[in-house]
Amino acid sequence: MVNKGMAAMKIFRLAVTAAALLLPLGATVQAQTTLRIGLAEDPDILDPTMARTYVGRIVFAAFCDKLFDIDEKLNIVPQLALSHETSADGKEVTIKLRPGVKFHDGEAFNAEAAKFSLERHLTFPGSFRKPELAAVDHIDVVDPLTIKLTLKAPYSPLVAQLTDRAGMMVSPKAAKEAGDKFGLRPVCAGPYKFVERVQQDRMVFEKFADYWNKDNIHIDRIVYLPLVDATVRLANLKSGGLDLIERLLATDIKEVKSDSKLKLSSAIELGYQGVTLNVGKDKAKGPLSQSAKVRQALDLSLDRDAISQVVSNGEFMPGNQWINPDHPYYQKAFPIQKRDVAKAKALLKEAGVTPPVSVDFMVSKGAETEAAAQVIQSMAAEAGFDMKLRVTEFATSLKQAEAGEYQAYLLAWSGRIDPDGNSYIFQKTDAPQNYSAWSSKEADKALDDGRLVTDQAQRKAIYEKLAKIVLDEKPLLYIYHRRILIAHTTKLEGYKQMPDGLVRVVGLKLK
Amino acid sequence: MLNFLARRVVQLIPTLFFVSILIFSLQQLLPGDPALVMAGEERDPDVIAQIRQQYRLDQPVPVQYVYWVKGVLSGDFGESLRNKVPVRELIAQKLPVTMQLASMAIVIAFLIGIPAGIISAVKKGTAWDYGANFFALWGISTPNFWLGIMLIFLFSIKLGWLPASGYVPLTENWRASIASTIMPAFVLGNAIAAILMRHTRSAMLQVLESDYVRTARAKGLSERSVILKHAMRNALTPVITLGALELGTLLSGAVLTEQIFSIPGFGKLIVDAVFNRDYAVVQGVVLTTATIYITLNLIADIAYVLVNPRLRA
Repeated sequence: MVNKGMAAMKIFRLAVTAAALLLPLGATVQAQTTLRIGLAEDPDILDPTMARTYVGRIVFAAFCDKLFDIDEKLNIVPQLALSHETSADGKEVTIKLRPGVKFHDGEAFNAEAAKFSLERHLTFPGSFRKPELAAVDHIDVVDPLTIKLTLKAPYSPLVAQLTDRAGMMVSPKAAKEAGDKFGLRPVCAGPYKFVERVQQDRMVFEKFADYWNKDNIHIDRIVYLPLVDATVRLANLKSGGLDLIERLLATDIKEVKSDSKLKLSSAIELGYQGVTLNVGKDKAKGPLSQSAKVRQALDLSLDRDAISQVVSNGEFMPGNQWINPDHPYYQKAFPIQKRDVAKAKALLKEAGVTPPVSVDFMVSKGAETEAAAQVIQSMAAEAGFDMKLRVTEFATSLKQAEAGEYQAYLLAWSGRIDPDGNSYIFQKTDAPQNYSAWSSKEADKALDDGRLVTDQAQRKAIYEKLAKIVLDEKPLLYIYHRRILIAHTTKLEGYKQMPDGLVRVVGLKLK
Repeated sequence: MLNFLARRVVQLIPTLFFVSILIFSLQQLLPGDPALVMAGEERDPDVIAQIRQQYRLDQPVPVQYVYWVKGVLSGDFGESLRNKVPVRELIAQKLPVTMQLASMAIVIAFLIGIPAGIISAVKKGTAWDYGANFFALWGISTPNFWLGIMLIFLFSIKLGWLPASGYVPLTENWRASIASTIMPAFVLGNAIAAILMRHTRSAMLQVLESDYVRTARAKGLSERSVILKHAMRNALTPVITLGALELGTLLSGAVLTEQIFSIPGFGKLIVDAVFNRDYAVVQGVVLTTATIYITLNLIADIAYVLVNPRLRA
């Protein structure tokens, strides 16, 4: 009996010791001012010349400043540049640079460095920035703090391009030394400097003491953790393992709002969710590719408010153009049409098509896309369309879209600040992402003209012509604009969401 | 014995060669174009052409294979198309993580599965037996992702004892490392524990009815010593083999569990690589896993021979 009691005591002690050892483990010691950000994916290479993912841009915001930035209203504001001026013929852009800026390796940022960075974007083998800066012919140093970009032809979206990766400045010394491995230890001129990266695990950055705007940097370290599963990301935020998460699910908004320790920040995206219709490459020559009336009928069968309701509880903004209705370039003369099944049926009749119109509808895998596709399918059915859903893994769907092996394809675009970035490569004849293979001389002219003028009113008038043609011909049906959803703890102060979805860290405080 | 060893090692070469061809050709069957995936959202044609050329994607598959094998033979697995990190480095980063997780899972599985199996065999037909069987069924039929999320909910959100996900290396802070891996290890171990429990139970039942156990009892040995010293040792041999096999499977990465707990191991590495069509990474990881498997197999064979000389012929 005594023995048994002793044994039980022993086990109990062991258990208590084990528990004591494990208990404090959860509360991993974190410095007071470490901002932990949960990302939805692991970014690709951290070299602004070679980078290509959206998630990568979120990380760049912490360590790689650009010549220009944007504000909430999409105005272009200075960052490493102070100002810009375009010559009367539109072929020369002079940029004044901020004095007293240093790169993380202590090298000075000046006109030579800016010229180097831009030329690296333009000429480095495998550069993804080359198409964005294709209009630039050459770059000259005017004085130590001024550069001049000479263009092959006027190109009004240029300054907007410089608010993103194409405008990011890298330390020439570090970039020359590292070559194509620069992204493994990037050296820029942003508020935080690179410390370490463990692939698929974490990226660590620490405050850069010589940052030009250091008075507005209040957090010592930033750690980015890729957590693919949205539920797990939220669980980490709730348990205190993270301070901020990106790409919160629209269906989790309620949960965040009801939690007093969490806060939601959001903005409508610059991009869109749309259905690309195969006009020029449809091997089966289905009615959708042959007649704009059939495409208009499909468009009229959709109730965009209802789609947004189903997919996002009404959080996404219904749309009908490549920019959202709040955008300064949105053409108010062409509002979203109300669903009209009778008219849709009549249009099909006019086009000489007997329903049901069978459509091969390709959708890339994903909860949101699949839900949207199902609603579209059921709405279109009422007007006489038989949308045959084909859920395809993303990489495969791209390949098939390029080959024209589809009739309708639900494909989103993350969006660019300048309207040109949302239209040119999709609508221009033979443009790389004109999967629709649609071609219109008037649209091509409007797209080109839009690049020539900088004046907003003039440009808007040009784009009005474009909108009329595109909305009439409908090579692409724009459905809605997603809401960028960021959730963070109330301990984080000063967070503002910009429409480009990036997480800006300047000015943030952790209580 | 030396002869046998030499023969087995020589046999490894064609096996690995066959595996390498299999990996390479299966991957070519994946639909989608790596250059298109890599070209980012803009997918500019010039950029795509440049990628094809840079990674020899524009060359015939057999040529690509020869380049790859040449590299592998000199210890160069190529570099990740996505982030330019050498594949060898990625494997070196992830292998210890997966090994830690797999070993912890297998220890948990043994600690739960074997005692539960023995108890349910010894107490056959009692509440203990039914309880253990219920536990086994539960373990086998509970999906990993569900159990994982439930554990996170309980221990991270409600109780706040453990971090919800992420990984801390053993070398950095062993306590935090165990804290970060205990839940995923339990999720993985739980399913294996159930299998081990079932096998232990049936093996024990068989042994308990054998003549030598009856003899041991007839000698007047205590029940405790009959079970622990006589029955258990024999019954456990097949169970340990089974455990070793399960360990092999765990080492190839636990895709779902690693994804839920964001453990940067082999499973996560390969899933991401497949979706990004990062061929070099897929090839490197699968080849490494296959080599580990084949080597473990070889070691097992040698061990059997050591134990049973009749197999040497």
